Amino acid sequence: MDLAILWFVIIAVLWTGYLVLEGFDFGVGMLLSILPRGDREHREKERRVLVNTIGPVWDGNEVWLLTAGGATFAAFPEWYATMFSGFYLPLLIILVGLVARGVAFEYRGKIADAVWARRCDLAIQAGSWIPAVMWGVAFGNLVRGLLLDADHQYVGGFWALLNPFALLGGLTTATLFLLHGAVFVALKTDGDIRRRAARLASGLSMVALVVAGGWAVWAQVAYSVPWTWAAVVVAAGCLVGVVVATRARSEGIAFTLSAVTIVAAVVLIFGSMYPDVIPAVDGGVALSVADASSTDYTLTVMSWVAVFLTPLVIAYQAWTYWVFRRRLSTRDIPAPAGLSWQKIKDAAF
Amino acid sequence: MDALALARWQFAITTVYHFIFVPLTIGLAPIVAGMQTAWVVTQKERWLRLTKFFGKLLLINFALGVVTGIWQEFQFGMAWSEYSRFVGDVFGAPLAMEALAAFFVESIFLGVWIFGWDRVSKKIHLASIWLFALATNLSAFFILAANSWMQHPVGAVFNPETGRAEMESIWAVLTNNTLLAAFPHTITAAFLTAGTFVTGIATWWMVRLVRSRRPEHIETARTVYRPAVRVGIWVMIVSGAGLIWSGDVQGKLMYEQQPGKMSSAEALCEGTESAEFSILAVGPLHAGCEDVDHLISIPGVTSFLGTGQFSGPESYLPGVYDVQEQYTERYGDTTASGDPVTYTPPLAITYWSFRLMIGLAAFSVALALGALWFTRKGRVSDNVWLSRLGLLAIPMPFAACSFGWIFTEVGRQPWVVVPNPTGIDQIRLLTERGVSTAVPPGVILTSMIVLTVVYAVLAVVWYRLMHRYTIEGAPETVRDESPEAQEADDSDRPLSFAY
Ligand code: HDD
Ligand code: HEM
Ligand code: HEM
Repeated sequence: MDLAILWFVIIAVLWTGYLVLEGFDFGVGMLLSILPRGDREHREKERRVLVNTIGPVWDGNEVWLLTAGGATFAAFPEWYATMFSGFYLPLLIILVGLVARGVAFEYRGKIADAVWARRCDLAIQAGSWIPAVMWGVAFGNLVRGLLLDADHQYVGGFWALLNPFALLGGLTTATLFLLHGAVFVALKTDGDIRRRAARLASGLSMVALVVAGGWAVWAQVAYSVPWTWAAVVVAAGCLVGVVVATRARSEGIAFTLSAVTIVAAVVLIFGSMYPDVIPAVDGGVALSVADASSTDYTLTVMSWVAVFLTPLVIAYQAWTYWVFRRRLSTRDIPAPAGLSWQKIKDAAF
Repeated sequence: MDALALARWQFAITTVYHFIFVPLTIGLAPIVAGMQTAWVVTQKERWLRLTKFFGKLLLINFALGVVTGIWQEFQFGMAWSEYSRFVGDVFGAPLAMEALAAFFVESIFLGVWIFGWDRVSKKIHLASIWLFALATNLSAFFILAANSWMQHPVGAVFNPETGRAEMESIWAVLTNNTLLAAFPHTITAAFLTAGTFVTGIATWWMVRLVRSRRPEHIETARTVYRPAVRVGIWVMIVSGAGLIWSGDVQGKLMYEQQPGKMSSAEALCEGTESAEFSILAVGPLHAGCEDVDHLISIPGVTSFLGTGQFSGPESYLPGVYDVQEQYTERYGDTTASGDPVTYTPPLAITYWSFRLMIGLAAFSVALALGALWFTRKGRVSDNVWLSRLGLLAIPMPFAACSFGWIFTEVGRQPWVVVPNPTGIDQIRLLTERGVSTAVPPGVILTSMIVLTVVYAVLAVVWYRLMHRYTIEGAPETVRDESPEAQEADDSDRPLSFAY
C-alpha cells in the first residue's frame, strides 16, 4: 500500500483515539451541572465524583490530540499548514477552552472554597462544551470542503466556516459526546448518580439518533461515497443499542456501543474526504493526500516509530484504566484536601 | 504592526512563558523521584514528607507546563504556516516522536502517581514517577532536536522542484552536534533551576524553624529540611559544572555554525584576535556597534569561548561587519520582496541576554556556597541572610533560562532556518518568509491579546498556589498508604487522593 494512504489512515486512527477518549471526558465536563442533584453539599460531592471519574486519565486522553497534530505535521506538512492557518480562530477558541479546562481540573481541589469551585466548574464546562461543538464544526467543514487558492491557502474567510452543514456537525459532536459522557458516568459510578446517568443516556441516545442521523445522511448524500453508508448504518444501530443496553443496566456494552458510534462518525468523515485531505468547494482547488504528504523516507521512518510505539501506548493506557477501574460514589470521596481561601489570600504579596 | 511582527511577538511570549514551567518540571521530577526512592529504600519518614511536599509543588507547576504546551503544538501551523510547509518533512518528525514517545508516558504515569498511592504496589508507584521524570527529559530531547535543526540543518536536502527541505537521514537529525550540545545545556540549566528551588525553599524553612527556638522545631529542621538543602546543593553543584562545560561546547559550535551570533553576543564590529569579554557596555547598542564603549573587559575570553584560544591568530573572531559582508555575498542583499536585508541580529538584545544568562547564575553559586558552609557537618543555621538569599535566588535561574533562549533565538535572526555553512546551505529560510500569509494581522493580534490575558491570569493563580503551598511546608504526619500496608479488604475506604 502507498505510504501516504497508510498515513491518512493512521491520522484517522489518531483522531478516533482522541474523539473516543476525550469524547467522554468532554461529556463528563458538560454534565457537571446537569447530573448532580440534592442539596448544595450533596451536589458538590457528586460534582467531585464526576471530576474524579476522569481525574487520572484526562491528560493521557488529550495527548491523542497532540499526537494527531504532530503526526499531521510530520506526514502531511501541507495539510497541517493549510488546515491550522485556515482554522486559526476556531482553533484558538478550542485551545483556550482546553487550557481553561485542564487548569480547572488540576487546581479545583487545591483551594477549598465554594466560590473557587464554582469558577473552576465554569471553566470545566465552558472548556468542554466549546471544543465539543467546535470540533464538529471543523470536521463538518473538512467534509464539505474549503475554498483554497492555487497555493493551498485558505481564502474563504472566517464566516464561511459557520455554514449550516458545519453547524449541524457541531451539534452532532456535542450530542454524541454528551451521550458518551453519560454512558461513561453510568459505567464508572455507583448509587443514585449511576441510575440518573443511565436514564439520561438512554434519552440522549434518541436525540443523537435524530441529530447525528440527520447530519450523517446529509453528509452521505451531499459529500460522500457509497461505501460510507456502512458507517452510517453501524452508527444508527449502535445508538439504538445504547438505549437497550442502558435499560438493561449493561453499561459496559452501552459504552462500547457509544464508542463505536464515534468510530463510525470518524470513518464517515475521513471516508468522505478521501482522496483529498481538504476537498474543494466551488471555484477552489482541493488538497489531495498525495500532494500534501511528506517524502517516502520521512513516512517510512514515521511508520516504524508508529508501529513500535502505538501498541505500547495503547497497552499501558489500557492498563491505567484497569488500575482505576473501581466505581466511584459519594462515599469514596475524601474530605477536601485543599487550603482555605483565607490562607491563600493571606500569603499573597 | 504587520503580521510578521505580531507573529514574532506572539511566538516569543507564548514560548518564553511555556519555558518558565518547563525547567522546573524537568529538574524537579527526578529530584522528587529520588526522594521517594530514598523513602522506599530507607523507610525514613522524612523522605516521604519531602516527597509529598515537593511533589505537590511539582504538580502545581506541571499543570501549567501542560496547558501552555498545547498551544505550542499547533502554533507552527497557525501562525507560521509557510515555515511549516518548508520544514515539515524534517521538523515534524521529532515533534510527532515527542508526543508518541514522551508525552503519553508523561501524562499517563503521572496520573498513576497522583491517584495511585493506595492503588498500585509501592514498586510500581515508584516506577511511575521515574517513568514520568524520564519522559519529561526525553521530551526535551525531541523538541530540542527540532530546534537544533533550525539552528543547524543536517540530514536533509533542498528539493528545488517543491522548494522544500526533505529529510535524508533521521539519524543525522537526532545526532546533530548542535543538539548534542544544546540538550545537556538545557537539561543542566533545568537541574540548576530545580536545585536552586529546592535549596532556596528548604533553607528558608530550616532557618524559620531554627529561629523559633522550640526544640521539636529545631529537630524538624535538622531531620527534614537540612537533608533537602543538601540534596539541592549537590544538584546545583553538579548541574552548574555541566552547564559551564556544555555552554563552552555550544560556544565553539556557534563560532562555526553561526558566526554572526557570536560577534553579536559581544557587539563586536570588526574582526579581531583575542576578543575580550565585556561585562558592561554603554552606548546606543540599538543603533549598531560603532559607538559602543565596552567597560570592564576581560581580554581573550570571548575568543576562548568561540575558538578555544585566548590569543594569537587562531583566536580570530569575525566581527558583525565581516559577517554582514560575507552573507551579503553569499545570500544576496535583498529579500525576495526587494527589501534590503541586514544579517545582524538586534545587538542590544543579544548582548544583554547573553550576559544575563550567565550572570544570573551568580545567585545560585552564592546560595550553593553559603548553604554548603552553614550546613556543614550536620549543622543547621538560623542565619536570616542565608534564608533571604535562598528566596532571592529562586527566580534567578528561571530568568537565566529565558535569557538563554532569547539569546539563542534572537541571535539567529534574520533567519528562522539558519544556513549550515559546512553543509548544504540551500536549506535556509528568512523569518519573514515563514509567517502565515493567509492569516490577517488582526487575527494574530486577537490571539496574542487573548493568550496574553489568559496567561497573565494563570500566572497569578500559579504564583499564589506555589507561594502558599510553600508556606504550608512538609506535612507533619504522613502514612504509608500503599496496598501492602493496608488491611486485607480495602474496598470501602475512601480514595486516598481525589480532586
Ligand atoms: C527543553 C524542554 C522543552 C522545550 C524547549 C519545549 N517544551 Fe514543551 N514541554 C516540555 C519540555 C519542553 C516538558 C518538560 O516535557 C513539558 C512541561 C510540562 C509538561 O507537562 O511537559 C512540556 C509540555 C508540552 C506539551 C503538553 C504535553 C502534555 O499534555 O503532557 C506540549 C504539547 C508541548 N510541550 C509542546 C512543545 C512545543 C511544540 C515546543 C516548541 C516550541 C515546546 N513544547 C518547547
Ligand atoms: C522553550 C524554549 C524556547 C524559547 C524561550 C524560545 C524563544 C523564542 C523567542 C524569544 C523568539 C522570537 C525571536 C524573534 O522573533 O526575534 C522565538 C522564535 C521562534 N522560535 Fe523559539 N524558543 C524556544 C524554543 C523553540 C523551539 C524548541 C522551537 C522549535 C521547535 C522554536 C522555534 C521558533 C520559531 C519557529 C520562532 C519564530 C520565528 C522567529 O521569530 O524567529 N523555538 N523563540
Ligand atoms: C558559563 C556559563 C554559560 C555559558 C558559556 C553558556 C553558553 C551558552 C551559549 C553559547 C548558548 C547559545 C547556543 C546557541 O545559540 O547555539 C546558550 C544557550 C542557553 N543557555 Fe547558556 N551558558 C551559560 C550559562 C547558562 C545558565 C546559568 C543558564 C540557566 C540557568 C543557561 C541557560 C541557557 C538556555 C536555556 C539556553 C538556550 C538553549 C540552548 O540553546 O541550549 N546558560 N548558552
